[in-house]
Amino acid sequence: MSGEICPLAAFRAGDRGLVQPGAPEHPAFQRLLAMGLLPGSEVAVIQVAPLGDPIEIEFGGLRLSLRKSDAAAVQVLRLG
Amino acid sequence: MSKDKTRRVRIALVGNPNTGKTTLFNRLTGARQKIGNYPGVTVEKKSGPWESGGRAFTLVDLPGTYSLAASSPDERVALDFLAGHLDGEEKPDAVVCVVDASNVVRNLFLASQVADLGLPMVIALNMADAADRAGITIDPTLLSRCLGVPVVRMVATKGEGIDALGHAVAQAVDHGALMAQVPWPEAVDRAVKYLAAGLEKEGASLLAPGELRRILFDPRSAVLERAGWPAGSDPAPLLGAARDVLSAAGWHPLSAEALLRYEHLGHLTAAAVSFPEKRRRSPTERLDTVLTHRVWGLAVFVLMMFVVFQSIYRWAGPFMEAIEAVVAHVGELVAPWLAPWPALQSLVVDGVVGGVGGVIIFLPQILILFFFIALLEDTGYMARGAFLMDKMFGWCGLNGKSFVPMLSSYACAIPGVLAARTIEDPRARLTTILASPLMSCSARLPVYTLMIGAFIEPSFGAGLAGGMLFAMHVVGLAVAIPVAWTVNKFVLHTRPQPFLLEMPPYRLPRLRDIFWRMWERAREFLVRAGTVIVAMTIVIWALVYFPRPADVRERVTADLSVLNDNSAIDRAVDAAYLEQSYLARAGRALQPVFDPAGFDWKITVGVLASFPAREVIISTLGTIYGVGHDADEDSDDLRSALTRDFWTHGPRAGHPVFTVPVALAVMVFFALCLQCGATVAVMAKEAGWRWALFGFAYMTALAWLGAVLTFQLGTLWLEWSS
Repeated sequence: MSGEICPLAAFRAGDRGLVQPGAPEHPAFQRLLAMGLLPGSEVAVIQVAPLGDPIEIEFGGLRLSLRKSDAAAVQVLRLG
Repeated sequence: MSKDKTRRVRIALVGNPNTGKTTLFNRLTGARQKIGNYPGVTVEKKSGPWESGGRAFTLVDLPGTYSLAASSPDERVALDFLAGHLDGEEKPDAVVCVVDASNVVRNLFLASQVADLGLPMVIALNMADAADRAGITIDPTLLSRCLGVPVVRMVATKGEGIDALGHAVAQAVDHGALMAQVPWPEAVDRAVKYLAAGLEKEGASLLAPGELRRILFDPRSAVLERAGWPAGSDPAPLLGAARDVLSAAGWHPLSAEALLRYEHLGHLTAAAVSFPEKRRRSPTERLDTVLTHRVWGLAVFVLMMFVVFQSIYRWAGPFMEAIEAVVAHVGELVAPWLAPWPALQSLVVDGVVGGVGGVIIFLPQILILFFFIALLEDTGYMARGAFLMDKMFGWCGLNGKSFVPMLSSYACAIPGVLAARTIEDPRARLTTILASPLMSCSARLPVYTLMIGAFIEPSFGAGLAGGMLFAMHVVGLAVAIPVAWTVNKFVLHTRPQPFLLEMPPYRLPRLRDIFWRMWERAREFLVRAGTVIVAMTIVIWALVYFPRPADVRERVTADLSVLNDNSAIDRAVDAAYLEQSYLARAGRALQPVFDPAGFDWKITVGVLASFPAREVIISTLGTIYGVGHDADEDSDDLRSALTRDFWTHGPRAGHPVFTVPVALAVMVFFALCLQCGATVAVMAKEAGWRWALFGFAYMTALAWLGAVLTFQLGTLWLEWSS
């Protein structure tokens, strides 16, 4: 549902969202920040691995494989 | 700036992963690299001389990282090196930051952190051709003016821009151009000053503002330790207070740095870098719809892995046989020259030549496997394979990249353990190295063949024999998964790293780079592990050869002279010498330990003698049973000799030594043990002797337990069924 705030781990393939402010002290989040996943930037889930985990995300032209346990640290606002 | 003529100018090479940094390093230093480890960590250290435009530099290749936050050992080594905090390493004179021309802003994040440490810098704008194709236009001159440091457009794989880079580095060293600083808000400066005062009060050494910012921004900064923060004192109150200064000004302490740097870099690059209006759907995206598809992706992966496995399991075979033949031939050539000195002859032929042969025998598998690994990595497919497989391995402390090492270990653990280098996370790498040797390698096959051929197939038929062979290949994997989980849970105490893996665009690999990687790994194996393997072989040789009293030969020859068969007498003499060797004495002394597994002293000696290579147990049993050391696993003489052997004393006197439970116990023991000196040597070189010995100890314990259980349960079953 558009406008809902949820962890990135809850996204399905094709979902897009905006990274929410706040910076949890989570090693994955700190690394994602360095890679440019800034609060306010857009992130999309490209696909989910065949066994259900990890997920492939894209932001700022970068594609990353990310485990759901790490993706749980990122709060996103779902876009339409 | 140091202008000391006696010392070479030191240049550090930094950059994100997947920027072609290693290719550039290889281009610049050629074959004169030194490879080692940084002290105390398993982070690879590579350096080499680089001459350009009459100047001589020493180039140090730092691990590829996205930031200097020092949350992983790689980042920490990079930060410590650049800040001059690494023991025995001087601060570099200048830094070359390799930047992917298609992702300038994201790549410059690291450059901007490095610049914060006050180091002169040159930006190598690499893979410029790929950026051109994607429609990204960059004006290097303008970018250079905006950033304040030289920017060199490069295509390292084609050698483009190499000379210009050398020129720019020489300039950076002489003039010390620094990259434009982030205009830190007043709150950051105030927090840094507060930190500096707090550190001074605790007696810690004075740090540059750039290092203080690292302490401020990173959740657990390694810089604090390096500054000499007293061990007993808790830095949390000071850090909390400094970060409160940021919070009060509206900055979240843990995201402030990323936001400020990215904003700054966005401004700096805006004029010089422009992107196409409409983003094209890249070939990578089209390929990925197939290669990471839940059905087709898995199918392609299985097919690729099948080819990789076949290549090392079968295609390497002829090369290995050729090496064996050459080694045997060399032994035969040398032997006559040394005939007057039998001990020296045996040392040279069996110890030295055999030992060297035992090292180079691994080369075909290593070269072939690293050809495929380099191909998988350079094309970008490795990350896709890891994405597909991660779920299978992640829960027990491994990750998706453990697949190739584990699979390769089914052919041989040597290339398998070496392949674990592809795993960035040190914890997953170590777990993979410890679990890989449990995979049933091809050197275990002769043991299975002998035991199944002599004891299983005659009584139970070919069907069950085949099933048994399959079971022996599954048992290692079945044990490896819980072992990995246990090691990860209870033995390793380092922090687990998040598994973030960039899926780089697919690229056409260059053969030159692939061959370079194959050669590099092979050379490293020969130099670092080879020497240890030869030394081990010579030690075991000595234990088998000595003592050598002359009367043994005389006695056996006299006893058997009626036979009139010289080769039978020679075999009997060999058996008699082996029976009284130091190794056999050790075997007899150790036999009580293996008694619960049903092993007699001969099997125990076979186990000990097989340390240089598992398959040696066959030739050792061949010698002991007087059928000759050249007996192989298909030898009918050896098989029937085993079935006709009876206990001469003890509680089982009169009973056959080899029964079905004993044969099964021997197979289980060999399936689980680390009776392979070469693997131990490679593990020691990759992870340190402590972990190699840990691996040997836990696998030997598992093997013993498995053999005892197999023998005891098998014996119970025999009694119950008869």
